[in-house]
Amino acid sequence: MADPALANDIQLKAVDLRIDDVSASYGDHRVLNHIDLDVRPGEFFALLGPSGCGKTTLLRTIAGFAQAEAGRILVGGNDLSKLPPWKRDVGMVFQSYALWPHLTVARNVAFGLEERRLPRADIARRVATALDFVGLGQLGERRPSELSGGQQQRVALARTIAIEPKILLLDEPLSNLDAKLRIQVRRELRSLQQRLGLTTILVTHDQEEANTICDRVAVMSAGEVQQVGTPAELYETPANLFVAQFLGTANVLEGRVVSAGGGRVFESSGGLRLSVAPETQIPDGARMVFRPQDASVVTGDAPADGSGLVSGRIVYREFLGSTLRYGIQAGGADLYVDAPFKTGVRPLAPGDQVTVSIAANSVKWLSA
Amino acid sequence: MNAMTRRSGAIPLLGSVGAGRATAGQVVLALGILVFLVLFLVWPVATVIWVAFTEKGTGAFTLVNFYDFARTDLFVRAFWNSFYVSAMAVVFASAFALPLAYITSRFAFRGAAVIQILGFLPLIMPPFVGAVALQLFFGRNGSINLLLDDWFGFKVPFMEGLNGVVFVQSIHYFPFILINLSAALRNIDRAMEEAAQNLGSSGFRLFRRIVFPLALPGYVAGASLVFVKVFDDLATPLLLNVKDMLAPQAYLRVTSIGITDPMGYVISVVLIVTSVAAMWAASLATRNIDYATVQRGGGGLVRRSLKPWETVAAYAVIAVILLLVLAPHFGLLLLSFATIWSFSPLPDAYTVAHYARVFGESSLYIKNTLIYASLAGLIDIAVGTAIAYLVLRTKLPGRASLDTIATAALAIPGIVLGIGYLRSYYGVELWDGTPLASLWIVIVLALAIRRLPYALRACHAALQQISVSLEEAAENLGATKMRTVRRVVIPLMTGGLAAGFVTSFATAAVELSATLMLVQSNADAPLAYGLYVFMQSPAGRGAGAALGVIAVVIVAASTVLSQLLVERDRRSKAGHS
Repeated sequence: MADPALANDIQLKAVDLRIDDVSASYGDHRVLNHIDLDVRPGEFFALLGPSGCGKTTLLRTIAGFAQAEAGRILVGGNDLSKLPPWKRDVGMVFQSYALWPHLTVARNVAFGLEERRLPRADIARRVATALDFVGLGQLGERRPSELSGGQQQRVALARTIAIEPKILLLDEPLSNLDAKLRIQVRRELRSLQQRLGLTTILVTHDQEEANTICDRVAVMSAGEVQQVGTPAELYETPANLFVAQFLGTANVLEGRVVSAGGGRVFESSGGLRLSVAPETQIPDGARMVFRPQDASVVTGDAPADGSGLVSGRIVYREFLGSTLRYGIQAGGADLYVDAPFKTGVRPLAPGDQVTVSIAANSVKWLSA
Repeated sequence: MNAMTRRSGAIPLLGSVGAGRATAGQVVLALGILVFLVLFLVWPVATVIWVAFTEKGTGAFTLVNFYDFARTDLFVRAFWNSFYVSAMAVVFASAFALPLAYITSRFAFRGAAVIQILGFLPLIMPPFVGAVALQLFFGRNGSINLLLDDWFGFKVPFMEGLNGVVFVQSIHYFPFILINLSAALRNIDRAMEEAAQNLGSSGFRLFRRIVFPLALPGYVAGASLVFVKVFDDLATPLLLNVKDMLAPQAYLRVTSIGITDPMGYVISVVLIVTSVAAMWAASLATRNIDYATVQRGGGGLVRRSLKPWETVAAYAVIAVILLLVLAPHFGLLLLSFATIWSFSPLPDAYTVAHYARVFGESSLYIKNTLIYASLAGLIDIAVGTAIAYLVLRTKLPGRASLDTIATAALAIPGIVLGIGYLRSYYGVELWDGTPLASLWIVIVLALAIRRLPYALRACHAALQQISVSLEEAAENLGATKMRTVRRVVIPLMTGGLAAGFVTSFATAAVELSATLMLVQSNADAPLAYGLYVFMQSPAGRGAGAALGVIAVVIVAASTVLSQLLVERDRRSKAGHS
């Protein structure tokens, strides 16, 4: 279901993408290790992870610039993995935009259509439609170097959708823009994608970018997919320590579960005790994980055996705007605890003796 | 915040993951280039070396030829003369270049533009052309000595014997040191100097401990280039009638005794070994002290303004060097318009007859030169682009060796290549019995091989500037490798290729060392050869000078053109990252 702005000149169809057991290496180094992913038709899907996690390689494998040793890449049910890049019909917007400086904007957009030997009239019509769609209809005769960064990116997008790609790949699309523009462009990107209805894969190392634009996110690390889910799911129920720590800030406490008074109690190595509800499953070797906003802090020492309470000393304080983040040394561990910042209320200061209190129902038990 | 999320920027791609295997087209291209290089570089040079190490007649391995070389006083003297001339040329070239480089990089100085002109003015005139003109001013009966004799009653032997070669070569080649040294000084991160000042260093100690060590690799690179160029040069000593140097000896042995005489080959091997040794020594000397890649900013030294007396001194230095540099140009120009110029400070009268003669009966030389140099330039950028593409954009096994072989031509003196071609291809006859080596196309091939290393670097740089993602974008939109090269790679390389072509063209137009060996008939001779022939007789000097002026105009125009092309190319891509 295409946007009316595309008229009938550019016909796009939402199809699904399946990454089926894909592995790739650079020399002896395994960059992708048995990746499986299912992306639904029309979905805006992010590959999120730190540098070197394999996300860019996976994107380049889909486009055909990196070769998978094993596995299949199915777009709308057709295996692309043996095709050269120019036969794939997989549109890619490059991180640098990769606009050819020797061609005008219109000729850049026309390139893929000329390669497909379309009649000249069709090319002209499609170029105009694509440029109008991204709001650059008037700038066809300019050189790429005469456009702003944001405009260049939209030319790159127009150039890609002009060939009616089956799916759209975006490689770190916001990394070349300054901070302010980034927030505006990521909204535009989301709305353009919605209007196009194209299945879209975005690569980013910025969780905020993935969270704000995408329907679902695959968190990657060390060549493997750690978890797939909506941004909220990943934040709420991280599958492992990596995901918990990569998405937002997490406090992690080591310790062990002991029986006490007919129930179970988690004892951290730093002296914190937390009663565990009977129905809670705790895998072997799991650590106690909670977010800074799920704890609170008050002045004074904790009572001797209070569950979820631990004494500590404030080491530093960061002002984050609406909240204050305290770095607290509590029984050998460094904890982050957030407190709302209210005008007129005197914040705690480094050196203060405090009690940290952790909400038991917000705690996760995760292993690496 | 988690530390990892704050890290920005993408992964630098270490290369493509499991990038595709070499295509058949790439293999064919690589083999074609390999055949070209083997036929016209490796084989002739190998032949020269092989002959030097074998017994004449039997073909058995022997060192006796080298023993003969070491036993012959003339050759030993020629070797030391060549060595002396090269070393002294480096000394004098340094004496010209060091003050100029220091003035431009250390001081805010208006005369810097003049120094830039000084940096290329000598290079547009081939040294053997300059030699004739300098003789008119500085020779025993040249203008300067006549005046000195008149006024003070003594003469200075500027141009006597080896002095003349040193004099001509250092005036011609000092820009190599100037350019390399200036670049090195410019690339010094200003913070390096400021850090030293911050820690209490200043003046000469600062220069000795920080500036000098950081600029040294640039100086050594320039100096070794000058040494090798002078050591290999054939035409300048020949024109100055200095015969007891290595390159002239090789030439004379082959032309007078014949192509079968082993001595020409032995001398060739000595020339190659010395060139390679000099370059190797230079790279060894700078290996652990070349910090260019470690430094971040560049920006050069802090410039201060000159005190009045310093300004006067700076202009005086520049004026002296400028006069020396302009002397051959003026001399040549005067000579080309002179009726008779002998035993007098200036010509007796002026005429345009020499130009009429050159454009009339000798216009063939000019036509040949334009054809040869254009063809050589075209071959160079075609082969250069192909090698650069294979090296930078494919995974073909052994692709780097193509680059290595082509670059190795740097170490092969022109005369060695010429001798190699004669020996390898004189025996090869065409269907009508003409020896292959006597065809004019062989001159073109020799010129192309000689200039290939420079053209290759230009093509390499042009391709390297193109971001790989520009090519991937084309493939992503449906263009095959071949179409991508045609529609994206070549158009983006155009500026760099044109500049590379013009550079090859300009230098090939005035090359004489290899040509001197390979020209078989006057009808096939290029301009440089004609010039050499004219200069052999006093009556031909005027016409020779006119040809020389034409050569200088061709090279100068090409140099300006190549600068314009580079500049335009840079501007047309400005704003693109």
